[in-house]
Parts: sequence; C-alpha cells; structure tokens
Amino acid sequence: MSQQVIRHDFDAPNAFTQELLGWEAWLEPLPEEELTERHYDGLVDRRRAANPYFRLLVRDPDILGARTRTDNDIFYNEKGGLPRALRELAATSASRTNGCIYCASVHSRFASHHSKRPDDVQRLLDEGTAAEQSDPQWRAVIDASVALTETPVAFGAEHVRQLREAGLDDLAIADAIHGAAFFNWANRLMLSLGEPTPPQG
Amino acid sequence: MAIDVIDRLVGVTEGDALYALREQRPDAKRNAQASYDALFASDELEHVSQLERLAVAYWAVALTQSPAARHYRELLAAASPETLAALESALPGAVTSGPYGDFPAGPLSAENAPGPHWEPSAELRAAVGIRLAAALAHTHLLTFRPRDSSADALQALLDAGWSTTGIVTLSQLVSFLNFQLRVVAGLTALKGEL
Repeated sequence: MSQQVIRHDFDAPNAFTQELLGWEAWLEPLPEEELTERHYDGLVDRRRAANPYFRLLVRDPDILGARTRTDNDIFYNEKGGLPRALRELAATSASRTNGCIYCASVHSRFASHHSKRPDDVQRLLDEGTAAEQSDPQWRAVIDASVALTETPVAFGAEHVRQLREAGLDDLAIADAIHGAAFFNWANRLMLSLGEPTPPQG
Repeated sequence: MAIDVIDRLVGVTEGDALYALREQRPDAKRNAQASYDALFASDELEHVSQLERLAVAYWAVALTQSPAARHYRELLAAASPETLAALESALPGAVTSGPYGDFPAGPLSAENAPGPHWEPSAELRAAVGIRLAAALAHTHLLTFRPRDSSADALQALLDAGWSTTGIVTLSQLVSFLNFQLRVVAGLTALKGEL
C-alpha cells in the first residue's frame, strides 16, 4: 500500500476574509528533530521551523530558500518603487483570482494595514477584483494583477500604460509585475499542499 | 558571467534600461535564478529525476502558451526526444484557459467556473509511464484550476509512486514556472513601453 495523505475533519473557510486563519498540510511536514543546517538555511528565518507549511516545503530546502529570498526582496525592499500597500494589493488580487482564501487573508490584512483602507480591501474580497475602486492606482494594480494571473497571461502594453497613467514609475510597474507573478507561485503551493483552518474564536 | 534565464527570455542585456531596473531588486533577480538552478541543476535527484523535471517543466509552460516554452522544449529535446514527442502530441488536447474550478461550498459557489479535468490518455501513459503521467495530470490541475486542489489529488501522486519530498519538489517546480513565465510576460510588455 502506498503512503496516505493526512485528512482533516474541520470545515475549511468558504469565504474570503481578513481574519487570521491557520493552515494544515495534507502531507507530513519534516519532523523538527530531522532539521539540519541545510534545512535551516532553506527556512531563512529559523522561527519558521514551527510552521507546518514551511516545515513541509523544507523537505526541498534549496528551492524553499531561493523562493523565500525572492519573496522578501519583492515585498520588503522599499528602496523606491511601488508602495507596500500596493504590493500587498497585487498579492491579494492574484490570490482572489486564483481562489487562495488563505493567501488572500494574510495579504488583504497587510494591504489594509499599510493603506488604512480596510473597507476598500474588503470590497475586493467580497465582490471580487472587478468591484469598484475609485483610486486609479488601485484600479491599475488590480487590473494588472488579474491580467497577469490569467492563463494564458493577458497582461500587455495597455496594462503598462494604465499603471503609468496612474502615476507609477518603471520600478513601481516592475514591482507590481513581480508581486502578482510571485503570488502565482505562492497560491499554487498553499492551495495544493494543504488547507486553511477556521478563524480562531 | 552566469546566465540569467529571465533576462535571456525577455531579451535583456547589460546596459539596457530593463537590466538596470532589475538590478534595483538584486536579491529578487539573483534568487529567481537560484530557484531555477535549485530545480534544474539539483544535486538531489532521488525523489524527482532530471528527465521528470524537464518533462514537467515543458508541459507546465507549454500549457500556458508562453513563449518561454521554447526554452524548456530545447532542454527536453536534448534529454529525451521520445518524451517530447509524446507530450507534443498530447498538448493540443490539454491546452485551455484559466483559472477555473470550484470554491469550497458556500457563498463563493456562485463563482464556480467549469472547465476540463484533463487526464492522460492510455497512449500517453504507455509512452511516459504512470508516474510521469500522474505528474502531468497534477501539473494541469495546478496550472489551470489550482483552487480544485485536494488531498485526493496528492493521494493520486502517492499512489503513482511519488514520495512526499518528491511531491514538494514537483509542486515547487510547477509553481515556480508559473511565476517565471509571468515575470517574463510582464517584463516583455514593460520593455516594449520603455
């Protein structure tokens, strides 16, 4: 008999939310006592050893380490470029389009935190990426992220122009592209290796 | 200087405006390439063979109709023309557009979008074996309908002979390529507007 996946009996969340969700894997994370220095290097931040998602991904430490360092520079390098709130909006828009309730919960929270506009973020979650957004930069980043998330990719010159006409410079446009593209990586891992747990309390 | 695959696929060389732009996110650039290297020049092939990596890569990128598929086609052609031929004959019946799929039952059910659940034909299974065929089916799911993912889909991989670690690498491979091909598409559009 082959190995068996881990099945859970909780009811996974069935709506997009900014609440704090957990996540449980369908495959066994690497036991903490088996972690070597190569694994810790892949985790980048040693505290991630406590997290089942990262402890499952660390079974292939080299790609996890490179993934995490890519992620960190796209989202946290604040030397110019796209404001943090809009990077998180790109992540949220990609996650809303692909249907990753867990990823959308984390990054919609970040988008609300950095923008101080939780109602606009919630409207994107509740009504979808086509919901009205009066801010042209929000509109442009959402539209670009959705086009980048479609398969085949629907992003083209018109999206670059829309971002530019909204006042974003080339580095900011490159940041929006990378933010949405990265969540097409992250969403697929989160969606396919486990499922979110209900909000606490 | 080492090759940067994204620069090569977009057609960027040192001195270009886009080269300078990517250099402003040096860790993202370096680690996007390190990700490629971790997947395609790994010293750990016990759980996923090099041929499996190349076959899944070509399949994943070709399914999206990205111009980046050329790169992976060349790599697979050099490794196994037979596998490439089998995938190319299956491709027209597998290409579609996404994302589609179902949400967990509830308020989002109204947004459920139907689409094909592709399965390898008997002919393809005979050509590439059940293990790679199962990976191709999973790749199709991850590419077009990631929200349809399930424990059952992972069980199908385990039943076809994939290890837990092998499934992690396979998932990273397909997910990374969905990042890379979008960076290529995005930067190609940006390059045309600089």
